[in-house]
Amino acid sequence: MTKTMFEPSITSRPVYGVLSPGVGSAHLFVADGEGAEAVCDLFAKAEAAEMKSASHIIYMPGANGCDRSAALQALGVAQFYRAPSFASAQPRLAKVLADAHMGLQVYAAGTEGLMAQVATAAQAAGLPYEAVQMEHRGSLARRVQCVHCKGVTENVTLDPFVCSHCGLSLFVRDHFSRRIAAFQGVNIDAEDPGLVPASVERFK
Amino acid sequence: MSLDFNDETFRGDYTFKNSAKAIKRFPFPFPEDSYMYSVNMEPHVPGPVGSIFEHMFDVDEHYVAEMRDRAQVLADDPLRCQSLPHMELAGWDLLELIMESKARDYPHWFELHKDGNNWHWINKPLQIEQRFTFMDASTLPYGPLEYITRQTQGDFTLQDQRDDDLWIEAGMVTTQADWSLDFDIGMSFKQWHAPVPLAGQMGIFDRALKFLLKLQHGAPVRRFNWTMTVDPLLDTSPENYPKWGPSKTTMTPETIGHRQHLRVELQTLHRLPRSNAIVFPIRCYLIRFEELVTVPKWARRLHRVVRDIPDELATYKGFLRNKPLMLDYLAQFDDGQPTSLGFAPD
Repeated sequence: MTKTMFEPSITSRPVYGVLSPGVGSAHLFVADGEGAEAVCDLFAKAEAAEMKSASHIIYMPGANGCDRSAALQALGVAQFYRAPSFASAQPRLAKVLADAHMGLQVYAAGTEGLMAQVATAAQAAGLPYEAVQMEHRGSLARRVQCVHCKGVTENVTLDPFVCSHCGLSLFVRDHFSRRIAAFQGVNIDAEDPGLVPASVERFK
Repeated sequence: MSLDFNDETFRGDYTFKNSAKAIKRFPFPFPEDSYMYSVNMEPHVPGPVGSIFEHMFDVDEHYVAEMRDRAQVLADDPLRCQSLPHMELAGWDLLELIMESKARDYPHWFELHKDGNNWHWINKPLQIEQRFTFMDASTLPYGPLEYITRQTQGDFTLQDQRDDDLWIEAGMVTTQADWSLDFDIGMSFKQWHAPVPLAGQMGIFDRALKFLLKLQHGAPVRRFNWTMTVDPLLDTSPENYPKWGPSKTTMTPETIGHRQHLRVELQTLHRLPRSNAIVFPIRCYLIRFEELVTVPKWARRLHRVVRDIPDELATYKGFLRNKPLMLDYLAQFDDGQPTSLGFAPD
């Protein structure tokens, strides 16, 4: 079972599990922030020992500052890469997926936005959505697409929040698109312009 | 524009209106004095002459003006029509279904001539004449889905069927009740219905999906849905919500009869022959309250439905704010008399 307890009843949201060693010729891990702990937990299992020589970890610190690079580096996998952000890791991720042979196992761990973007990249490379193992760890901050301007705001913790692209005040609708890897943001004061309720920290 | 079609607008000065004939054939969606969700599917078989069910795809007096409005929506936002690459075959299936239906049902307006795969399509109301090769998208100005739905009233979504599920993977959506094709495209049946309150717990989507997976070619089905819209605005999209949202706050007892519209969707579902996809046309019919209350039974019944609807549903349908104003207006037409079962006027 997932180690993160989610509020119920968002049927478009993926259900996350716990990473477990897969059987394959190569293993690609992408994690952010506390997601590193899920990767370390996997490698703590006896059957994962022989995976290390065929494993590649791409890691970026969380938006909340959480940086577990040292623990991951200490695992001694074949390839470890620390990226400053997911966006900066994307070219590398795309290359690794494009070069992959049959039998590649893909694992994503950390925030919901990170996992969804890994799944999107994997699908773009021809893997089915279900081929990516996912484990949620750390922040419940959401990645939100503004339904009006289509811009995505990363690491949304407040509801409502201000769209980082068009500046509208958005509430976060409990509706998740795997294709866009984001929740939907909808203008909260559309009917009464200027009447924006105080923001609360809804996603910690 | 010919006498068959209204010269009217669904934006700006909002000159849309229904003729007496259009009011008489309006698809009033409430068979009894209360409303709750149900799947309520029935076979989409031809209905009485002159009714909206007479033909497979109803073409009415609003046709030309609605197509003009669609072209404007697409010019403003091309993301309203999308098709994932594997859905082109389903687009051809739909093009064939619509062209054959319209040429058969309205031969004075539409003609389809076939010579093998060389097709010749004539659409007189829109003054379109097109020779093209069936199944060769390079011979049309748009992909097959976009081409034919720029000439057909109603929104359209195409669902691929795999893994015992339906996946919304193409669509033309410009007359929607506040949902975004651009956001929902690629989702499974239950994913795209996630924002609908109550119905999931009621098992509505389980039953509907089970039913639809077995839908047979040649046996289309239909149901109604409804909501409320201020002013005859077809494009009540979430994308443009900041533009149309404020209109809800400007209603008064003097204007509600003229500006408040009941918005009814005739939803049909058809299995397509080559792709095995399902096409879901969602046809929007609008009627202003002051037009609707000219039918006494409908006026009484709408008053009772709006009065008794749970607030959660009124919120989802976006009219909780104006519910008291609606009730004040409609109450004057409800003398408490019983109404007969069924949709039809007494």
